[in-house]
Amino acid sequence: MDITILVNLSYIAASILFIAGLKMLGSPDTARRGNAFSSSGMLLAVLITLLDQNIVDYRYIAGALVAGSVVGYFAATKVKMTSMPEMVAIFNGFGGIASLLVGSAEYVSGTFDNPAFLGAIFVTVLIGGITFTGSIVAYGKLSEIISGRPFLYKGQQFVNGLIVLSILLVGANMLFIQGFISAEQTLMLLLALAFLLGILFVIPIGGADMPVVIALLNSFSGLAACAAGFVILNNVLIVAGALVGASGLILTNIMCKAMNRSLANVLFSGFGAVTETSSDSSQEQGEVKPITAQDAYLILEAASSVLIVPGYGMAVAQAQHAVRELGELLEANGAEVKYAIHPVAGRMPGHMNVLLAEANVSYDVLVEPDDVNPIMETVDVCMVIGANDVVNPDAKDNESSPIYGMPIIEVDNSKTVFVLKRSMASGFAGIQNPLFFKPNTRMLFGDAKETVSTLVSEFKA
Amino acid sequence: MESQIILLIFILVLSIFLGIELITKVPSTLHTPLMSGANAISGITLVGAILSSGSSEIVTITLGTAAVFFASINVVGGYLVTNRMLGMFKKK
Repeated sequence: MDITILVNLSYIAASILFIAGLKMLGSPDTARRGNAFSSSGMLLAVLITLLDQNIVDYRYIAGALVAGSVVGYFAATKVKMTSMPEMVAIFNGFGGIASLLVGSAEYVSGTFDNPAFLGAIFVTVLIGGITFTGSIVAYGKLSEIISGRPFLYKGQQFVNGLIVLSILLVGANMLFIQGFISAEQTLMLLLALAFLLGILFVIPIGGADMPVVIALLNSFSGLAACAAGFVILNNVLIVAGALVGASGLILTNIMCKAMNRSLANVLFSGFGAVTETSSDSSQEQGEVKPITAQDAYLILEAASSVLIVPGYGMAVAQAQHAVRELGELLEANGAEVKYAIHPVAGRMPGHMNVLLAEANVSYDVLVEPDDVNPIMETVDVCMVIGANDVVNPDAKDNESSPIYGMPIIEVDNSKTVFVLKRSMASGFAGIQNPLFFKPNTRMLFGDAKETVSTLVSEFKA
Repeated sequence: MESQIILLIFILVLSIFLGIELITKVPSTLHTPLMSGANAISGITLVGAILSSGSSEIVTITLGTAAVFFASINVVGGYLVTNRMLGMFKKK
């Protein structure tokens, strides 16, 4: 049999395995098997590619494969679950740079008479470059190497516009003019501009909007691979890249909807810009009623239904294990315990779910806002642990609030709300939260992990 | 050449629609593993990287070998970390 037929049949099989794998990710029961399917598809695609007759030297391939696998193995097995957003961010970047390098390699060895080929290279290098530096900046923000605040400066849109225009000019030179500057210079210039655009695209975006950015960069890493598929005319790259691109776009859309903001608003206005218009929203302050952990325990002990609402603060305080222990004690005490997870809680899609899964919380007690809001009146105690904007009643009551219209978890409708918070400083977005001043709200100040641990020891005493 | 590009665009469009259908059904609980798993799939660019790395021109080899390195981190790390996360999702 002709070897190219074998190769192509294997690529079809690999595509089927990717698709089946993604389908199985639709349920927690089959998800792990789905991942195994997907990875065997990858193994098949790689092994069959090694049979390609154009390969003259296997030494470099083998060396890089081994080195990359070792790095990947250690990164995957050593990373803490709380660092998962950074990990996903940096991996997106690696996918982007890999596609960029593939596109560049084809460019330096290719011919320059085919606009479709050159156009595919242009798109690959551009998206790959944006994904790479964008992901590095996202990684820096998430691991707090650089400030998570939105970084805004005057003339930002103008600078970005200028870069986009330059990229288009470089693209025109690459595809049609050719010779205005040399091929090497064109590539270098395109690389520099793509890298710069990636940095400038992520740097204005605040830490709380990171779920959107990570999902979008995830999509880009897929689209870069897809574009690389058009460079080397390979269908498995196109299928796999398109699947990832679509997946990232859907997640991006879900995140934007959960914040009631458009993608353009998230990307270009920074949350800092929004808060400027609403700095007077502190007028409706009332009295804050703090409560000690001992008194909170007495209320929790009498509660028959408890809803735990975790947010980024729980991840920062690493309180997930203590929270799970408290949840079990409450259940043993006869209360019904649920966890309400807002789609944008945390720093990436599904962040809270992973942390609670790590702490051995059964996934069937995790509920979404839509499930729990209609029955909120029947909940005795809501425990808000390190969440702020996702429980802010201004989102439904105050039309002048920047987060007005955002779907929230309506904890203020429950009988009693405990808010675990370090201090009264306003949340990341700088928006005042009237929840803290409601008559049924009690503030539990202090480190979330310590507070929850105190409650746990009260139950055990 | 043109007909091949058209065919590939055809594949692209169908794959995007298929991806949308598949991913819409993934529950929010699994969004993080979905992202890391999808990220591992985007390491498919490894296929192109291997071909470049195995060529005979020094510049192509250099770029291709670097691409193999990054893509294999992506693939191996992505699948392993997804597997590790999914192992934690339990129902009582």
